This record gives sequence, structure tokens and C-alpha cells, in this order.
Amino acid sequence: MALIKDRKLAADNWQLLEAAADGAALAIPDSGDVLVSLPEWKASREWLLSRSGRVGVWLTGADEPADIASDLAHFALIAIRFANFADGRGYSIARLLRERYGWRGELRAVGDVQRDQLYYLARCGFDAFALREGEDPQVALTAFNDFSEAYQTSVDRPNPLFRRRESAGTL
Amino acid sequence: MYIYDEIDQRLVDERVAQFRDQTRRFLAGSLSEDDFRPLRLQNGLYIQRYAPMLRIAIPYGMLATRQLRALAHIARTYDRGYGHFSTRQNLQLNWPALENVPEILAELAKVQMHAIQTSGNCIRNITADHFAGIAPDEIVDPLVWCEILRQWSTFHPEFAYLPRKFKIAVSGATEDRAAIQVHDIGLQAVRNDEGEIGFRVLVGGGLGRTPIIGAFINEFVPWPHLLTYLEAILRVYNRYGRRDNKFKARIKILVKDRTPAGFRDEVEAEWAHIKGGPATLTSSEVERIAKRFTRPTYESLDALSSSYVLALGRDTKFAAWARRNVHPHRVPGYAAVTLSLKKTGVPPGDATSEQMEAVADLADAYSFGELRVTHEQNLLLADVRQSDLYTIWQQAQALGLSTANIGMITNIIACPGGDFCSLANAKSIPVAEAIQRRFDDIDYVYDIGELDLNISGCMNSCGHHHVGHIGILGVDKQGAEFYQISIGGAQGVQASLGKVLGPSVSQDEVPDLIEKLINVYLERRESEAERFIDVVRRIGLEPFKENVYGAHQGSKARGRQLAAA
Ligand code: SF4
Repeated sequence: MALIKDRKLAADNWQLLEAAADGAALAIPDSGDVLVSLPEWKASREWLLSRSGRVGVWLTGADEPADIASDLAHFALIAIRFANFADGRGYSIARLLRERYGWRGELRAVGDVQRDQLYYLARCGFDAFALREGEDPQVALTAFNDFSEAYQTSVDRPNPLFRRRESAGTL
Repeated sequence: MYIYDEIDQRLVDERVAQFRDQTRRFLAGSLSEDDFRPLRLQNGLYIQRYAPMLRIAIPYGMLATRQLRALAHIARTYDRGYGHFSTRQNLQLNWPALENVPEILAELAKVQMHAIQTSGNCIRNITADHFAGIAPDEIVDPLVWCEILRQWSTFHPEFAYLPRKFKIAVSGATEDRAAIQVHDIGLQAVRNDEGEIGFRVLVGGGLGRTPIIGAFINEFVPWPHLLTYLEAILRVYNRYGRRDNKFKARIKILVKDRTPAGFRDEVEAEWAHIKGGPATLTSSEVERIAKRFTRPTYESLDALSSSYVLALGRDTKFAAWARRNVHPHRVPGYAAVTLSLKKTGVPPGDATSEQMEAVADLADAYSFGELRVTHEQNLLLADVRQSDLYTIWQQAQALGLSTANIGMITNIIACPGGDFCSLANAKSIPVAEAIQRRFDDIDYVYDIGELDLNISGCMNSCGHHHVGHIGILGVDKQGAEFYQISIGGAQGVQASLGKVLGPSVSQDEVPDLIEKLINVYLERRESEAERFIDVVRRIGLEPFKENVYGAHQGSKARGRQLAAA
């Protein structure tokens, strides 16, 4: 599975931990960088902070970003998981994390992430993308250049086109 | 007509390149059908019953003649020489080949057109009052706001994967001709006591499986805050709208679940965070957009043209057409003219390439090179001198576009239905034709007076049957095509949803049934001024039911029949 970070291929040392379907307790390794779900973070917070290795949290589309707003300093990574690329909730969550709660660290899209979603994801504040199995990372890298301009406010261009035009004097 | 600037143009060009590459990857097998589907849908491309269908955006219904000629050319070159104007002011081509679609989009881009977001679970083409800018009852000209919304919604990164499609309509007049109450968001541009422009905002209206009239959640959003307010609505919907059931995914279900007041509170809470932020509109931006609109340079004319008055007196056929198809204009001496796409025997809303070119010629000669598409699936010349009306009528006759039935029973709104659409339960075009044939006596049609008859081939309601005074819905009855009739629906300020009359009937029975309804109406109306819809509102469904389903009804119906015997 390829990882794109800051528009380059990057190595991925993070382990995304997910509770088994049978409900068995999650085994968190003593060391290494781990990404845990929001319920796991809430349940095992003390242990996660005391172990060696960094911790990050992965959110689903149904999670409330407000729930981690006061914990951001503990995280080295936040991921938003797309169960299915047509589920667009993660785009709003990403903007909230960036624009409302001030998350400046890595924001990674994981799950059903493919080339033709990357441009909008990047505009909503994602800077890392764990491509789903089978995606060609070289083809995916071209996605960021699909459009050269955008009308709206977004994380990557906080001012909408009309304000940028106004300040550039190109009315 | 809004004229693109360099950036507007670059964005649609880049969209063409993007879709060309996506189509290439799909055809080469590196993009699966499932992955390609949302991408093609956001470029208006459906895979239909017999062929793909391409839906081309006509933003807020405005077309320049060079654009209409390009559409005619595209229909002729890549399709079968005709197109279908839809109830959402779009143009649909029914037979394009998938591999040609990138080329079609490139041709559209050359005339500042596109098919962006005409389908898929995103913000769709913005629709508006087709009399925008010319209506005598207009309070605010909505066109500039529509273009601002077009730009804002185009490639909005946060709202491309909503729970379901999202439709916004804008009206700026007293009368609502944009059906804003049955849209996901309806915007009514108004002025406050200080004369400042703002918007009354309605949410959660819609047709389809669960038809519902929307609720106003804000009586006055000052114009600078329009975009942030809409973003707040969309964000609440994107996050909390249902995604587990396609039939419950529209915003109307969320608004109902939360109650309109509860939903409004959530929107207000979200808005509080972004209100006043960078998306707040500026007067220089509004002026910039307004300046990019070409506007007709009207002559100063008498309020009533004497040659027009003379022609009305001389030619009764012309007068009948003018009464139905000519509409008042805010500028003295001018009028708007509907060119009917509802000729009997032609599927409602269809126009051939030749007709499109001829209409373009008419618009060049008489209406400043512009025209509009109405949500009743007709074409409108919006800025015509009254003194030219007689000539226009003569030319429209020669083109088969002069059916004098606007607002009448034969001005049927119909979706493409089972002849084209893979979702259909039943055909709609032959039903429309059968009704038009039944009511082919124009004097009889005029006697019946104002009547909206709308037909949808399935619950998706593209033919807006819920808001027809008479609505016809295609249903599936053990594999056979049947039709469910409802009455009492209406669009406009007094919008209402039709009620089902009784058991559905076969295609052959529809014209008889409609005629029975009309007979009840003609018997029961108190004067010619009382329209069909007024009578339904006054006397209710029962008298209509009794007449249609007679013997099957209760003792009350029988009693009346005995008394009459
Ligand atoms: S109403 Fe149904 S049959 Fe008609 S066009 Fe829409 S989806 Fe197709």
C-alpha cells in the first residue's frame, strides 16, 4: 500500500490498529508508532501515552472531531478513514480539524482512497494519502494538478478566488 | 448572459482534460465501472436503458444563440439530431457514445458550457425563474446571485460526495416560478425595510418518493452572508444526512427528523463559526459578476405597440396565441414569448437540431441573441419588441413551435420515461401524446383554462407529477405498466402536493379518466375564472372520485346517482 505525503511517495512506519470483529481486546504493541480508533484512544489513553512510540488516532465518518479537540497535542498523526469513497463525511471532518480545531500535523486519508479523490481531499486539508490496494502511485501523483484554480475557500487556499483577485488587483 | 473570464474558461477546459483522462483509464480497464460511475455522473453521463445519456448544464436556464447552435451541432454530430429539454433547465442527449463524451465536453467548453455536476450526489445545476431580470413582479434580479452560486458550487471540494443529490433554486419575484418550495434549498431574494438585499432560505423541499414542501428556516440572510449560510446548511447535511438508505438520504429526511426548528438551530450553530469568514461576499465581487453579464440595450418604446394591438384585433388565431404564449415585461413595449415544445406527437421538451438553429436565428433577429429554457420544458425569447410579435408568431408556426397552450392542459410536463430511462416503471411520452390527442380542440382547451398536467415515469418524479394540478405517475403492477392519477398539486407560492385519486389504471384508460375529471370540473366550477385547481381545493377529491370510479364508491355516490336518475 503506497503512501503519498506532501505530494511525494513516502515510507509508512505507522501501524493502524483495529479491533477484531469478534470483539477481542486489541493488542497494542509496546513500541512503534500506532494509530488507534477514537474509542480505543478513550479507553486506553494512559497506556498509549506511557508506552514508547508515537500515537495517532483514526476517525470514521461518524466520529465527532470535537471529541479530540483538547487532545491534539498528544497526537503525531490523525487519520480519517473512508469506508467507501462515496462517503463524503471525511471532507467536512478534515476541514473542521484544520480550520476550527487548529490541527497542523499530518492529516492522512486512509481506506478507500484513490487517485480521483485526491484533489478535493487535498483542498480539504489532507496532506497524506494511504492509497488503497491496486492504485498506481505515479498516476495518483498527477491528481494534484487536475485544476490550477478554485473558486471557494478551502484549507489549501483560505481565501476564495474573488478575494485573491481583489488583493491581486485583477478585477 | 454571463461571459466567462480567463479563469472560468480555464477551469472548464481543465475539467475536459480531467474527464478525457478518466474515460481513457476506464476504457483501458485501469478504472473499474464502480470507480468510474461517480466520475462520469459528475460530468452528467448516465448509462441508460439503451445508451448513455448526457445531461448538459444550462445554468439558470440562460442560453446565448452561439451556445444553442453548438448544442444543435452536437446533437447532430454525436447523437440523432435532437435533444430533450428537462424540467431542470438542462438539455439531455439520449444516444451519445461513451467514447465521444470527452469530445462533446470539449465542444461545449468552446462556447462556455459544460456538464459539470448535472448528476451525482453533489450540488446540481442552479435553477431560476425563467423570467429573471424581466418580470414585472420582480423584487430582486436573481441572475447575478445565480452565477455567484454557480461558481461557488462548481468543484466545491467539501460537498462532492453528499448523501444524495442537492438542488438549489432561486427566485426574486413575488410569484414563485422556480418551484423553490420543492427544492433542497429554495432561495427567495428579497429586500428589507432599508432596501438591502437578502435571502429567505427554505430547506428540505423535494419531490420523489417522499414529496414534501420545504420549510423556511431563515427569513433574511443578508447577501454578504449567503455563501457562509449555505455552507453551514451543506455541512450539517453532509455530516448528518443519512447514508444507510438511498431513499432516506435527501436533506428533507434530515430536516424532518430534526424538525425544521431543530435543523435551523444546528445550522445557526455551524454558521456562527464561519459567518464573517473569508467566504463572506464583497460588493466589489458582486459588481464584478454583474459587469460580466451582457444586458439587452432596450429602446425606449411606447408601453403598448399600436401595430401589435392592430394585429390582435385583426387575427384571432394570433390573439389566442398571444394570450397564452406572450408574457409581460418590465420594460415598456417589450414582451417575452414562449416557443412551445409541446406540439402533439412530439415528446414534451424535445427539439431537433434544425429547430434549435431556427430558434437561434429568431433570437438573433428579435431577442438580443439570447434565450431561456423554462422548467416547463419550453424555450423563451425574453426580450422581444411587441411590434415584432406578429412576425415571430408566423415564423414559430412554420417551425412547429407555436402551439398556443402555455398554462393549458396540453402543455404537459413529462419526463423521458420508459422509452429512454432505465429507472422507469412506465412510459410517459405516449401517455402525453394520447392526452394531447384527446384534447386537440383548442377552443375546448381554452374553455378548460389554466391546468398543469405533469407526468413522471416513476417515483423519482422528474416530471414533477406531485405539483401538477393533475399528476400522472407510472407504476408497476405485476410487471405491467399502470398509471396512478393524483389531483390538487400546485407549484408557485401556494404550492401543494397532489392527492392520489384511487386505483391505478392502464395506459388506454388514462385519456378517458382525464376527460371525466375535466367534466366534473366544468360542471362544478362557479365561473370561468375558477380554475381546475381552485375547484379541487373547494370541493375536495370525492366528487372527482365518484365520477371516475363511480360504482365502486360508497353509498353516498350511489345515492347521488339515484337522485340524478
Ligand atoms: S421520473 Fe423516473 S422514469 Fe422519469 S426520467 Fe425520472 S427516473 Fe426516469
